[in-house]
Amino acid sequence: MVGGIIKDVGNISSNKTGSWRTFRPVVDKNKCIGCGTCKMFCPDVAIEIVDGKAIIDYDHCKGCLICKSVCPVGAISSEEEAK
Amino acid sequence: MVKKIEEGSHAVADVVRLLNPGVLAMYPITPSTHIPERLSEFEANGELGGKIIRVESEFSAISAVVGASARGIRAYTATSSQGLALMHEVLFAASGMRLPIVITVANRALSAPLNIFNDWQDSISERDSGWLQFYGEDSQEVVDLMIQAYKIAEDKRVLLPTMVCMDGFFLTHTYDVIDVPEDLKGFVPDYKPEHAFLDPKKPMTQGAWAMQEPYFKLRKELEEAQRSIFPVIKEVHDDFAKVFGRSYGDGLIEVYGEGDNAVVTMGSFSTNLKVLADKLGFQVIRIRCYRPFPDKELAAALKGKESVAVFEKDVSYGTGHGAVYNDVRTVYNGKMVNFIVGLGGLDVPVSALEKMYKQVPEMKDAETRWQI
Repeated sequence: MVGGIIKDVGNISSNKTGSWRTFRPVVDKNKCIGCGTCKMFCPDVAIEIVDGKAIIDYDHCKGCLICKSVCPVGAISSEEEAK
Repeated sequence: MVKKIEEGSHAVADVVRLLNPGVLAMYPITPSTHIPERLSEFEANGELGGKIIRVESEFSAISAVVGASARGIRAYTATSSQGLALMHEVLFAASGMRLPIVITVANRALSAPLNIFNDWQDSISERDSGWLQFYGEDSQEVVDLMIQAYKIAEDKRVLLPTMVCMDGFFLTHTYDVIDVPEDLKGFVPDYKPEHAFLDPKKPMTQGAWAMQEPYFKLRKELEEAQRSIFPVIKEVHDDFAKVFGRSYGDGLIEVYGEGDNAVVTMGSFSTNLKVLADKLGFQVIRIRCYRPFPDKELAAALKGKESVAVFEKDVSYGTGHGAVYNDVRTVYNGKMVNFIVGLGGLDVPVSALEKMYKQVPEMKDAETRWQI
């Protein structure tokens, strides 16, 4: 690996950043309309829409809560991570 | 072979054109200015193979050159003094990313006070940046070093950025009889990068973030690379001598004359010391390759000497010595003294050197004296 060059690119998913989180976004599946706005805004690509509902990947979500602020129907709330 | 009477800077521009870098990004600064000036003339006349990127600072110049080299293209810039200082941050990126960039440093004093004339403080201050550093004695050697530098830097065993240093004004602005080869006779093949390049089919990450352990390992690798390439530098120097008929010591250091006492120095005023050596009978050991530091070769050359005097145009502030003295001290334990000369372009004629050298017998070990 001369000069620290990484040739097996696309390996970011192996770097788990979930432990950085202070607040955890929580999706209320009853309110979620599966519009995908949160997925589009998530800077960590940590949200997927599965069967019409937002699913958060807590291994990679850093807890920025942008999803909470962009959700058009207020389906995402936040909880402080357990200490 | 055509020998021409040419200005040092123009000879460098001539050889850079032959070396055909794909990207040249230069921000002219005295005394390196005539190099980009002449290269721009070549471009205007359609005689330059590569593209000149017009940049707004030396920081941009070296950044553009790093980008080009990371893309897999041979890249070039030239600078001096404050310009090199402004490049400082990016120099470490270039060496850390192992990019075989070659730059010409026209050595000049650093401010303050503001001064445009020659000393070595600019490049000496970058001695720990991970770059290779070569110092030429005359413009012919600088031309030859430029050719060797690309071949060394791009060698798969090396992959390190390189500074070719030439004394500002004393070499850049003086005319000399210089043999600039008409072609490189295949001595420096086209750069075909295998480690760092841009290819959408083979994506790679360069200059990435690294946590403590990989960072530590990569920095250790950089030092190991520096320490392992002495044979490559010698080999390229020897091959160059076979093709072009000129050689400089063993490629690392040059030993001139004989004597029980030695003078160690670098750069253009070595010639004045050689003139004095002929008169006073000491040996001149000129460091040509300063980084990596040729400690074994110097230790062998200095072994058994009665005294060693290091003449240099830089200060390692706070140590009481110049940087070259401090480095040479690591390989020689006998009586060794230091002369700091020529700062800010102060002329160092043979007469001044003679006056200083004659003080060596009365000087104590490790004593430093200044030219004025």
